[in-house]
Order: sequence, then structure tokens, then C-alpha cells
Amino acid sequence: MSACRDDDPRIIGIKSKIRVVPNFPKPGIMFQDITTLLLDPKAFKDTIDLFVERYKGKNISVVAGIEARGFIFGPPIALAIGAKFVPLRKPRKLPGEVISEKYILEYGTDCLEMHVGAVEPGERALVVDDLIATGGTLCAAMNLLERAEAEVVECACVIELPDLKGRDRLKGKPLYVLVESH
Amino acid sequence: MFAAENGLKGDPRLLAISEAIRVIPNFPKPGIMFQDITTLLMNHKVFKDTIDIFVDRYRDMDISVVAGIEARGFMFGPPIALAIGAKFVPLRKPRKLPGEVISEAYELEYGTDCLEMHVGAVEPGERAVVIDDLVATGGTLSAAIRLLERMEAEVVECACVIGLPEVKGQHRLNGKPLYVLVEPRQVDHCR
Repeated sequence: MSACRDDDPRIIGIKSKIRVVPNFPKPGIMFQDITTLLLDPKAFKDTIDLFVERYKGKNISVVAGIEARGFIFGPPIALAIGAKFVPLRKPRKLPGEVISEKYILEYGTDCLEMHVGAVEPGERALVVDDLIATGGTLCAAMNLLERAEAEVVECACVIELPDLKGRDRLKGKPLYVLVESH
Repeated sequence: MFAAENGLKGDPRLLAISEAIRVIPNFPKPGIMFQDITTLLMNHKVFKDTIDIFVDRYRDMDISVVAGIEARGFMFGPPIALAIGAKFVPLRKPRKLPGEVISEAYELEYGTDCLEMHVGAVEPGERAVVIDDLVATGGTLSAAIRLLERMEAEVVECACVIGLPEVKGQHRLNGKPLYVLVEPRQVDHCR
């Protein structure tokens, strides 16, 4: 679901701060650039506050963030709700023992990794990224957490591209987003 | 300078921070004792204390920019920026930032790499802090300083959780103050 109150002035402010860059990283893609949101302290704080308001007090002990932009939004949420932050990374970045999950790209495959022992069985987890497109990366993230026997409570993103139907690829888990971009 | 030499001597938070960092031998290659901060991020109290120490230092220094170096600087920089009311500026590997960027090359042990920042992210005269998880040779931090200075921002200080022995005793990096919480440990504790 999108944020319930589309007329919440915070949502309007957040949406206005996201910059669309055409033809990046390749022709035809309208890239949703959140760095301009990060340049506005109030809008960035509102973004985090909206997630914190939703997840505080829900017994969530893990916030997993997807490299690299999930690393920007995940830690502030984790700190505010009393959870640990777990980075989910591209291959060979995490030292020590990891589990890996492959996922499909438009051309080829990629891989996401999580530390063994980062989460315990039964922990309640959120997955955070800046944007959901096809849902492939988020699905890989969920798989990693579930392989470690954590319970994925929800996926949370700032932006959804609803036309790509990523929401349907989350194995029935709920998705919470602040803004949609068509 | 190390935090213990600058007002935080004996602060129990520093010991907990040091002990929360996991040491992985021979990563990414033989001979390197990798300082893994992911175990710190898994300990909410210690992660919060880490951020609080930086926030307490910078909140009254009129800092309007926190620049974080990809990717581990992205985990420490934003919480600090949010707490002190500054903007967060990601400094990224090449071709990750969309739109117009400036690039700064820096030396690796073998070869060179490059750091990029958005044009327009900072304004002339803004006071900035650069954040990363660890400083080793200072090459990456130096590139970050140069990017900010090319946009005429003033780099007030560089801040890292961990500082390797090469920087111990150096209070400055390229003329800029360097603030570090802990030294690396050589031997991992059982945990």
C-alpha cells in the first residue's frame, strides 16, 4: 500500500524533492534520484519519521537494508525503533561467512549476500530500499532473511514504480511505500 | 586525533565500540586484518552510542553538510546528518550518481579509483564533515576533501569510527582535522 494519507503535507514535500533524471543509467529509463531528498534535512527527516511511526512498537528487531541506497534509509529507521541494522550486499563485500541469493536482472543475474548469524530464527524483520521496481532485489532480500528463519514483516521503500508490478513478486508479503511514480 | 585523547578518555562507550567490531583475518586478501563494523551495527546500543558521540561533537559546530563515502559511510553519515539538521551528501564510486557530477581520482595500492559528487550538492561556504567507517592511508578521505573543496565548501573535520596505525599521531589529514573513535584490534574476542 502507499502511505495512507496522500494529502499528508510531508508526503507532498517528499515527492517534490525526488529528482527524475531521464535516460539514466541507459536510454528510456527515468531514474528516480533520491539524493536531492537527502539534501533537504526536513524532507529527509520526514521520510524517516513516516517509517518510524509505522514500525515503532511492532516488535521489529531487524532492519535489513539493500546496498547501497538502502544503507541510507535503513540505519536511521533501525536506530529509532531499537532494531539492529543488517546490510545486504553485493558479492564479496561482506567478510566472513555469508549466505548468497541469486536474482534475475533484465540481462543476466546478480547476487545478494547476508552474514551468517546476522539474524536469529524468529526475529521480525523489515527490508528497506529506496525504490521497488520489478521486485527482484527485494525478493532476494526476503529469501535471505527467510533462509535464516527470520520473519519478514514488511518491505518498505520510499518510491514504487507500480507499473512494474514489483508488489506482486513479494511472496505475499506486504509492501509499504511513501510515493508512487508512473 | 583519537576521541580518548580529546575529552572522552575513559568513556566506557569507546571500549564497547571497540569490542563490538569483529576482526576477520586475511580479508580481502592475505595479511589484512579486516575491521568488520557490521557486528557493531547489530548491537543497537553500541551503534546508537557511536552516532551519539559524533552528534555531540558536531551539533554546535554549525555544520550544514555531512558527506559519507560509499558504502559504509552511508551507514554512519545519515543518522549524524539527521540529528544535527545537516544535509547528507553521498560520495560514490563512478557512474552511480545520475546527472552532473565532479570526479576525483585517488591512488590505490595497485592502480587508481575515483570518487564522485553531484554538482550542486553543496554551496560555497558550507561547513562540511566527511564520514567513513575507517581511515587507513587516508587516500579516499583526501579525495573526498578535494571534491568538497572544489565546490568551495569548507571541510571542518573528517570523522571515522576506526583509525589505522598509519594515522595515529596525525591529528590532521591534508591539513584537515581527523577525529577517530577507536584503533583497530588485532585479535578477535570470542563472541
